[in-house]
Amino acid sequence: MTDIPALAKRNSRLPVSTMAILALFALMVGLTMAGVINKYIQSVLMFIGINIIFSASLNIVNGYMGEFSCGHGGFMAVGAYVSSVLSVILFTENSFTGQPLLPPGSAIFLFPIVIIIGGLVSAVFGLLVAIPSFKTRDDYLAIITIAANFIIVTLINNIGAVGGSRGFMGMKKSLKAMEAVIDLPYMIIWIFIFVVLSIVMIRRLMKSTYGKGISSIRYDETSAEIMSVNTNHMKLVAFMFSSGLAGIAGGLFAHVMGFVNPASFSIFKSTEGLVMVYLGGMGSLSGSVLSAVIFTLMLEALRPLQILKWVLIPLMLILLMQFRPEGLLGNRELSDVFPKLKRIFIRKDSSNG
Amino acid sequence: MAEILLEIKDLTHRFGGLTAVSDLNFEIIKDEIVGLIGPNGAGKTTVFNLVSGFYVPSEGDILYKGERINGLKPHEIASRQIGRTFQNIRLWSDMTVLDNIKISQHYRLGYNLMDAFLQTKKYKKHEKMIEADAYELLEEFQLSDLAHEMPKNLPYGVQRRVEIARALSLKPDLLMLDEPAAGLSSADVSELIQYIQWIKEHFKLTIWMIEHQMQVIMSLCSRIKVVDFGKELLTGTAEEVRNSPEVIKAYLGDGEI
Ligand SMILES: Nc1ncnc2c1ncn2[C@@H]1O[C@H](COP(=O)(O)OP(=O)(O)OP(=O)(O)O)[C@@H](O)[C@H]1O
Ligand SMILES: [Mg+2]
Repeated sequence: MTDIPALAKRNSRLPVSTMAILALFALMVGLTMAGVINKYIQSVLMFIGINIIFSASLNIVNGYMGEFSCGHGGFMAVGAYVSSVLSVILFTENSFTGQPLLPPGSAIFLFPIVIIIGGLVSAVFGLLVAIPSFKTRDDYLAIITIAANFIIVTLINNIGAVGGSRGFMGMKKSLKAMEAVIDLPYMIIWIFIFVVLSIVMIRRLMKSTYGKGISSIRYDETSAEIMSVNTNHMKLVAFMFSSGLAGIAGGLFAHVMGFVNPASFSIFKSTEGLVMVYLGGMGSLSGSVLSAVIFTLMLEALRPLQILKWVLIPLMLILLMQFRPEGLLGNRELSDVFPKLKRIFIRKDSSNG
Repeated sequence: MAEILLEIKDLTHRFGGLTAVSDLNFEIIKDEIVGLIGPNGAGKTTVFNLVSGFYVPSEGDILYKGERINGLKPHEIASRQIGRTFQNIRLWSDMTVLDNIKISQHYRLGYNLMDAFLQTKKYKKHEKMIEADAYELLEEFQLSDLAHEMPKNLPYGVQRRVEIARALSLKPDLLMLDEPAAGLSSADVSELIQYIQWIKEHFKLTIWMIEHQMQVIMSLCSRIKVVDFGKELLTGTAEEVRNSPEVIKAYLGDGEI
């Protein structure tokens, strides 16, 4: 038929989707290093990536599992603070330990590990919501998620060692330490890698019979139990995975900004996540990605309006709920809407199985 | 001696002040089809919910294959091979028929979260097995053409069939059907009777069913237990039940017999 299958066949070792991702990666890093894209565009690209992780991870709970978490920002905060403190203590001169605990140059290998540790601690904080979810659902659980957000932000506000409400900084120095070894656009690189990893992990999970146990809770929790799905276990997985990825988004965010304060992770942040998930479509992974791109660009466009954005974002939510409650893509993936994409981006499951 | 599959001992269940099930005893013998009947609100569905672990009984015990199962979670009971359907169909109506069958094999996934993330050999092997078994089951139920349909788009009678197929994906030894004929046309009902008979023989299982339609109960069940207000009225053959004055009295005004 077309030349697309032929192309896919010629490179049967590397699927087209992988090649496309590698090409995009090379392009972004290349253009950044060549100085073609300026600092501003770089930062927008990075925020898009962070928002993709943030909204896709929230979609696990709000989309696939059908619960209503409105405290996702709290988990982002945990990841941001844990990885920031670690990074500052390990790689820079700091007020906790004085000298860095490790040679600063080692950040070049250890930086992703620091980010992942932030994610793991966030995942543990996910228990704050996961455990109540065994007995509580819907509106009541939504209230618990808001409470969790407040608890986390208030805790950080009251920890003087990390600056309380004034915030915490010093992460730029870790990046400097890395750049001193080899000068690379580290944040662009790592954000890209973590975005790809997050999406692949979510996709693989939700495609597996195991992960579909999460969706079965959304459609009928009683049925799920009666049909041998351990719903408590699935909730634990969903909430911890979701908050863990939010923590990773938080760690990356903190290192891009070089500064974090608790206010960045308030209920406002959580609301941004909700807008992205509902804009993209609940339970649609490509929807979350698409809406993260649109939403981030929109926020940039609205930046001159400053605080007015908090009139426009909620207004958008209202309009969305009124006229297209299922979001841009509803339950579907981009590949369902444009079947041609499927041939390029979705590997035939039977061929690699 | 006949082997007892399920044994219910002095089972009582209260909802607040209401005693929905009262001091019920029942033994279900392997390979039989038994019926549970009674007027509306008699407590039949509650008995099923107790057996499947949806409620914890106020008093009494439930033994399955000699093992006490009351107090276990529903998914643990399901994993011990008890399948059931619901009075008002409870499929995952927005997931495909195939997914409905696959998800119901959670009790024997054989791989964990990490395997799913990394798509290990183990993951692929078990997913393949689950899918093959799901298709085989759908084939047996002549549903394979509908594998990628959503149950919500299927006629009611077909949804019933899917729900029974889904219960069978647990590979149950005991299948509990809660009013399988409810909402079916009379043509569908006679088909259902043959169908249940076929299921019993083909899958070699024991069937316990609640049903209001006497035609179904009378033509399938070797024994029937009649309950009213949560209490046992009588256990006997179709003939005995039909001729019992107590049963007729319990149903009077109900207009179902
Ligand atoms: N979750 C519950 N909470 C309180 N009362 C309940 C609950 N479930 C059932 N009941 C009550 O228990 C009694 C028995 O209900 P059950 O559903 O077991 O009856 P049934 O025999 O299945 O009736 P039907 O033929 O109408 O299905 C009824 O009076 C019902 O209102
Ligand atoms: Mg009932």
